[in-house]
Parts: sequence; C-alpha cells; structure tokens
Amino acid sequence: MYGEGILKGMAVTLKHLFKKPVTVQYPEERAPMFPRFRGYEFVWYEDRCTGCASCAKYCPLGTIRIETETEPDPNVGDRYGLKVFDIDTGRCMFCGLCVEACPYDALFMGTGFERATYTRPSMVVHIDELRAAKKKPSAYARPHLHGINFEDETSLSSEEAGR
Amino acid sequence: MPVDRLATGCQPLGFWDGMGLWEQWGINFFPRLGDTMCRAMGGATPGGIPDWLIFAILGLAGAFAVVNVAMLGVPYVILLERKLLGRFQHRVGPNRVGFFGLLQPMADGIKLMTKEDITPRVADKLVFSLAPLVFVVPVLLMFAPLPWAPHAVLADLDVGILYIVAVTSAAEIGVFMGGWSSNNKFSLFGAMRVVALVVSYEIPLVLAIVGVVMLTGSLNLAAIVEGQRFVPNLLWQPLGFIVFMIAVSAELNRAPFDLLEADSELVSGFHTEYSGMKWGVIQIGEYAAIIGFSGIIATLFLSGWKGPAPMPGYLWFVLKMGMIISGFIWVRATIPRLRVDQIMNLGWKFLLPLALINIFVTAGEILAYPDGLPVWLIPVNFAFAAIVVAVAARLLGIQGQPRQVVPAPPVFETMASS
Amino acid sequence: MTLKTEPITVNIGPQHPSTHGVFRLRVAFDGEVIQDVEPVFGYLHRGSEKLAEERTYTQVVTLTDRLDYVAPMTSNQAYVLAVERLMGIEAPERGQYIRVMMAELMRIASHLMMIGFFLQDMGAFGTPLMYTFREREDILDLFEMVCGARITVTYMRVGGVQADLPPEFTPALERFLAKIPGQIDDLEQLLSGNEILIARTKNVGLLSAEAAINGSVTGPALRASGVDWDLRKSDPYEIYDQLEFDVPIGENGDNYDRFVLRLEEMRQSVRIVRQCKEQMPGGPHRLELPMLLRPPAGDAYGRVEAPKGELGFYLVSDGSIAPYRCAIRSPSFINLTVLRDMLIGWKLADMVTIFGSLDVNMGEVDR
Repeated sequence: MYGEGILKGMAVTLKHLFKKPVTVQYPEERAPMFPRFRGYEFVWYEDRCTGCASCAKYCPLGTIRIETETEPDPNVGDRYGLKVFDIDTGRCMFCGLCVEACPYDALFMGTGFERATYTRPSMVVHIDELRAAKKKPSAYARPHLHGINFEDETSLSSEEAGR
Repeated sequence: MPVDRLATGCQPLGFWDGMGLWEQWGINFFPRLGDTMCRAMGGATPGGIPDWLIFAILGLAGAFAVVNVAMLGVPYVILLERKLLGRFQHRVGPNRVGFFGLLQPMADGIKLMTKEDITPRVADKLVFSLAPLVFVVPVLLMFAPLPWAPHAVLADLDVGILYIVAVTSAAEIGVFMGGWSSNNKFSLFGAMRVVALVVSYEIPLVLAIVGVVMLTGSLNLAAIVEGQRFVPNLLWQPLGFIVFMIAVSAELNRAPFDLLEADSELVSGFHTEYSGMKWGVIQIGEYAAIIGFSGIIATLFLSGWKGPAPMPGYLWFVLKMGMIISGFIWVRATIPRLRVDQIMNLGWKFLLPLALINIFVTAGEILAYPDGLPVWLIPVNFAFAAIVVAVAARLLGIQGQPRQVVPAPPVFETMASS
Repeated sequence: MTLKTEPITVNIGPQHPSTHGVFRLRVAFDGEVIQDVEPVFGYLHRGSEKLAEERTYTQVVTLTDRLDYVAPMTSNQAYVLAVERLMGIEAPERGQYIRVMMAELMRIASHLMMIGFFLQDMGAFGTPLMYTFREREDILDLFEMVCGARITVTYMRVGGVQADLPPEFTPALERFLAKIPGQIDDLEQLLSGNEILIARTKNVGLLSAEAAINGSVTGPALRASGVDWDLRKSDPYEIYDQLEFDVPIGENGDNYDRFVLRLEEMRQSVRIVRQCKEQMPGGPHRLELPMLLRPPAGDAYGRVEAPKGELGFYLVSDGSIAPYRCAIRSPSFINLTVLRDMLIGWKLADMVTIFGSLDVNMGEVDR
C-alpha cells in the first residue's frame, strides 16, 4: 500500500519516544574514560627523565621544549639536569608518539580532559606544573598500567607507576 | 434593562460568559461572568459608564486575553517541539534552564531581545522591517473567531471559516516581502517557493472545508462545533480530514513541506537575513499559526470544545490542539522534505481531485439522507477514503519531473575564475 | 516589449549547511533548475603532502588521521601499507587481522555518518542523523579502548598496530556486534521504504557506469553504478582473501542505489568484523622495528578500499628518515570530478542530495 513506508518510519520514531534517551548529562554524569585514553595532564617523572629529548624529537609538531644543564651532582652521572620542560598543549594533538618514544618510561599520557583556559599562553604546561601535577598516568603505550583505578586524590609515584 | 440586552447580544460579554461556564455539564462556576463584569463597571445604572465604552473595554480585554494566550502558547509550543523532537531522536531536549527546561523559552526570548538587530546594507529597509509584522498580524487575527468554549468566541462571525481562510493567506505576503527585501538569493528562492506553495495548497484547503460546511450548513465555527452532535466530523469526513491535514502542513510550512525554509538547501530560506527580535517575531508568527490551525482542525473535525468527560470546554479544546500539534511534530521528526515540483504535483494532481471527490461524495450522502447520516456510513466512509487514497497515490503519486535537458552552453567559462 | 531572462548565479558555500565542510559551488540557476556548476575547493588545504616530506615515516601517520577525519583508520592503513611495501616487509598476521577489523569498523562508522547526513540533507529533521551518530558513538568507544582516541586515532604503525587489543575489547565488540544489525534494520525501516525518500532519490542523480569509469570514480559511488570493483576483492590486501564477504552492486547508479548500497555494505562489514574476531590468531601484533625507519630508496604505492573509494599513498624514498615525496590519491577528490555532469539539469533540492550521496569529505579533498 502506498504510504506504508511512511507509516513504518513513523512507527520507528514512535518506538524511540518511549525509550530512555542515550544522552549523558555531562557535568553531573560522566562517561567512563578507557584506560588507554590519551588525555591532558601529562605525567612526567623527573627522577626517571634523563633529558635525552627523545620525546621532543619524535613529536611531529615540536610542541615539547627541553633545555638541559650539566648535572651538578657528580654521583648521578648518566643524566642531565632539566631546566625547561614545556609542553605546549595548545598545539599538541595527543598522538602519543612522545610517550612511545620515551626510552626510560618517564613520560605518560594523562587521563584528564577538562583543562579549558582563557589564554593560549596558559595552555603551555611548564616544568613546575608538571612536577606539581597529580600523577594519573594513562595506560597508553604502558600496558602494565591497565586496570588501575584512579580515585580523586590518587597520585602515583614513579615506583607505583612501574615500567 | 440594558444588561439583559447586552448579555444576550453582545459578543464581548458572551466571550467572558463562556470562559466561566462548564455549561454543557450543568456546572456553573462563574455564572454570567460577562454580566457580572458589566455590572461591576456600572453598566446597568443610569448615568454610569456608557454602554459602548463597556463593550469596547470588555472587547479589548477579550482580544488582549486571546492574543496573549496565543503569544504565551508560542514559547511553550516551541519547547514542546524541542522536547518531543529530542525524545523522538533518542535524546533529551532542553532541560538545563529551570525545572525540565521550562524556563528555556524565557531564556530564548531574552536572548533574542538583547541580540543585535542587523539589517543588511543592501536590503529594502522599510519592507524588510515591515515583513515580520505583515507575517504575524494575520496569524493573530485568525484567533478572533475560534470558539474556545460555548459562547466563548471573541468575534462570532457568520462567515468564520471563510474569514480565517482569507486572513491566513495574507500572511504569505509577509513571507514574500521578507524574502524579496532581504536582497539575498537564498531568501528570494524561499520567497518564490512560498508563493507557488500557497497558491497550490489554498485550493485543496478550502475545498476540504467545504465538506464540513455542507454537513453543518453553516460557516460559523461555533455552529460547526454544535453541529457535531454525537460524533466528530472526522468520522464522516476521513478523506476531507486527510486532505485538510496535508494542506495545512503545507500552509504552515511544516515538514515535509518546509521547503521555503529548507535549512539544508536554502540555509534558512526567507528569514536568512533576519536576526534578533525580527527573527523572533517571524518565529512567533510561525508557531502561532500552528496553534491557530490546530485549533481550526480541532473545531472542524474533532468537535472543538466537546468531549466525552466533564472538563471545561476550553480544556478540551486545548487538549485537542496539543494532540494535533504533537502529530505535526511527530511528522516532522520522521519525514524528509519533498522537492518543489513534487509538492506541486501532490497539490494539483493528488489533493485537488481528492478534495473534489470528497465534496461530491459528501453531497451525495447528504442528498440521500437529509435527516442525518446513518452510523453504518462511518466504516464505509473510511474504506472509501482508503481506497481512493491508495488508487490516487498509485496513479499519481509524488513523482517529480525528470532531469531537464540543459542545451545552453556553460555559464562559467573558466574553472579558475574565482 | 521583449523580456530577457538570464540565469541567476548563486554562491553555495563555503559556509553552507549541506556542503559537508568548506566546499563552494557556484551554481547558475534557471528558476530552480541547475544550468551550470563550478565546484571551487581548497579552503581546507593544509599541505599534508608537503608536510609529510618533513616528518619521519612514523610521524606521517598522525597526518593521515586528518585527511579523511570521518575514517582515519583506513587512511592510516593505506599509508602504512605503502611504507611496508616500500620496505618490503609485512605485518604479523595478528596485526593484519586487527587492522582489517578496525578498517571495517571504520567503514561502518563512515557509512553511518554518510547516511545520516544524506537524509538530513533531504530534510528529515535530525532524526536519522541522531540515530546514526548514536551507533557511531559505540564504534568510537571501541577505538578509544584500543588506541586512546576517538577520531585522531594514530593507531596503525609500520609493521602492525600500535598496541594489542585490551582485555575489555572483545566483550565490548561482542555487545556491539549483537546490537548493530538491529540498528541497521531500524535505520532501513525508518526511511528506505519511505515514499517521499523514494521519490526524492530513485532515478535522481544518475551516474552511468561509463561516466563513472571515465571519471575514475571508485568506492560505493562506482559500485552503485553497477561496476564490480572493490579492491578488497579485486586486489586483496592484508587478509581480505581469507575472509568471506559479498560486494553489493547497484543497478542504476542513482541516489537510492548509493544509499541502499551503503546500508548493505555495513551489513557485510559486520560480517567481516565477526569473522576477524573469530579467526583472530595469536602472536605478536607488531614487528619489532625502530622508531626511525629508513626504507631503501625506491617508490611504492599502497592502496586500500576506503569507505569513500580507493585511497592510495604513493611514496618515494631516498633512503632517509622522511619520505622524499608523498602523493595521496584521495577518493573524495577524484569522485568530485563527475559532480558537474551529475548536477546539471536537476533542481536545487537535488543538488544537496546528489552531493551528499557521493559522500565527499573535504578534509580529504583539499588535503
């Protein structure tokens, strides 16, 4: 019969009228992030970082800026002291190549995604911020972190984060 | 006694009387509200306010009330549309402003009023500013003869339905003015389309009404409601109802006939250049037209203020209007838009013959049973309507024109001329 | 007095609701009928091919995400296949299976998006779009699970994929596979029988097989015209020759065929994903390669059947760490060559549906 197709379509929309909406009411409800989510709040362990700048080299956009100085302590030996470690998250595309490239597992992707700011300069994450930030590393390129659950106040030390 | 004369003959008084009554169920909350108001103003006392002033005041108050019901209804119809569309689309719809998003219309209104009102430099400024008014005023005039409850008619015109048809087609002049004066090609397309659309769909719209008018024998809307004694006209006039609903969708520029706004083709058609409250007035006009036309559908086909349970007449009326509006929204959520030539085909080759067939069949039925139609005609009518629609659709359908041969040489000479 | 008429020239785009990005059409109308069309593009040009010459082979993968941002996985796949050919290596079997699985999931997502926007262009107010986006969300969730991002996946690597499937992936995929056929049916029921849709699409925007072949059209647009050409069958890459699936073919090459064919392709993709899941072998997902690749000097062309057609990467290596030249054969761009001939003679309303039925992605057109 003519009009049957229209009626069938109307039945489909009517069926959806009585279904529960799929919308997630964001600020109150949150969709779960998966462990490998490549997010903001890069996790950086200074004690592991040698200042080799592999991450900076592998970044396709050159968003990581590293300046080093000779380590004043002669006992440490195989590493540089870090003066500057800036990640320009305004240009970062979160491809995760820096994390993959890091030979000492010092850099991890973060799990956060709420870091809206008003100015571009404030999107540059400086070394002090990286030191002070809560460390909630993502499991991206670090499969051993799979399954870790982060509470609000968790902050993993470099031993807990593992290799 | 002047008051008695007023109470029987004066429409403003009748309107206020009707709003206070549950007359049909014998319950009387505000007996003769109009009379009471008249007396309170000193209408009956010699040397008080003159009668004509009382008429004028009560009439204006009635008009004010009805227009405001329409205007207040608009934001909530928009909200209902957004909520329902949301649910049809498996999402929530607006729910952040106020409880369940009930304050959303307020927020929208404030936003529209504070928005910059842009008039394009090349627009025809007078016509551009006038168009929203020309669009909205006829729509508001449409509410005058709507019967909200027994006697609650602002203007109990004997030619009520004719008046409505005449007035509403004037609104499209506003659309054309807006589209033309914007000096925008998309607007012009929208304006041209609306002229074609309205010319085509007014005719089946009017012809579909004729069946109802023949059944009742009156053009008066209140008389049409009274004439639907036991069953609504829908049961006697299924074919007319189908034609009328389709024609009304086109008249209201609702999906699937929204091609004068056609957001995916014409950006937003005739109101592409409008912003701020001018745009807001156009929206009010569109949605007020939806309210008004659903009121007319309720009156003509669904027995207006009458209902099977004891409720005030205007509640029944508003309930039926709400159902019809929800139906429009449901259609909008499902059906894609027709093309221009297909719409013309549908109007002239499908609806017009159907409306004529409906008139002939109704006339025959009335001739055969002048003392009232027998009940067994209801299923016959429905079967007949289904058969006619199926046959007409198979024969005519909505096939559009095929691809047109363009013999002309290319207009753009170079591909790099930009 | 004689009256003169002349066509009205309308500039559609670059900002227009249905040009799917920043695409511009200069159209000459006679009334509603299209007299001539001039497509203008380049508004989204980002110089991906030139940028690729400045990046190492691994870094270029991030650029390919941004070509066809509706189907990044297949762009990744085409690129890594080209590099693998250049180096003369092949990914381990598990890696290939994962890649094919991801590419097919991507095809479903891309077709879902095309169907949603196609029907939206036709004026079905948002409903099909919302339904298709709801289902696409599940696929993007799967991607986030395996690689941490939803759109800019950067998942495939030369010699395999970046990471193995996580443990929660298989149950989630099973849930998705159980759900998606019903949802495709829903979508079909919603509109494909609709009389208005049939009137709008049947015999509209005809593309003959000859014209399609002459215009180098590939992908669903070509198959809808009745040409049996699918790289997954015609030139099987990776493990497609071990999988069972059909290539749906259209008859007339009209809008309706292009629409229905995509629905059918989604069903076939579900079949492929299911087979991949069942046959998934063990072993490594990735070859042990250094991050800095130095392929031998030479050139190679890697191509895949992307959701929009044949996507190819032509790479020239001079033996250094970055490609000497990277040329991209993007299906969207080449499918646009037939647009002018398809549009002339139709009406304004058909313009958006024909354009939508070709499923063009501006990120890929302008590169």
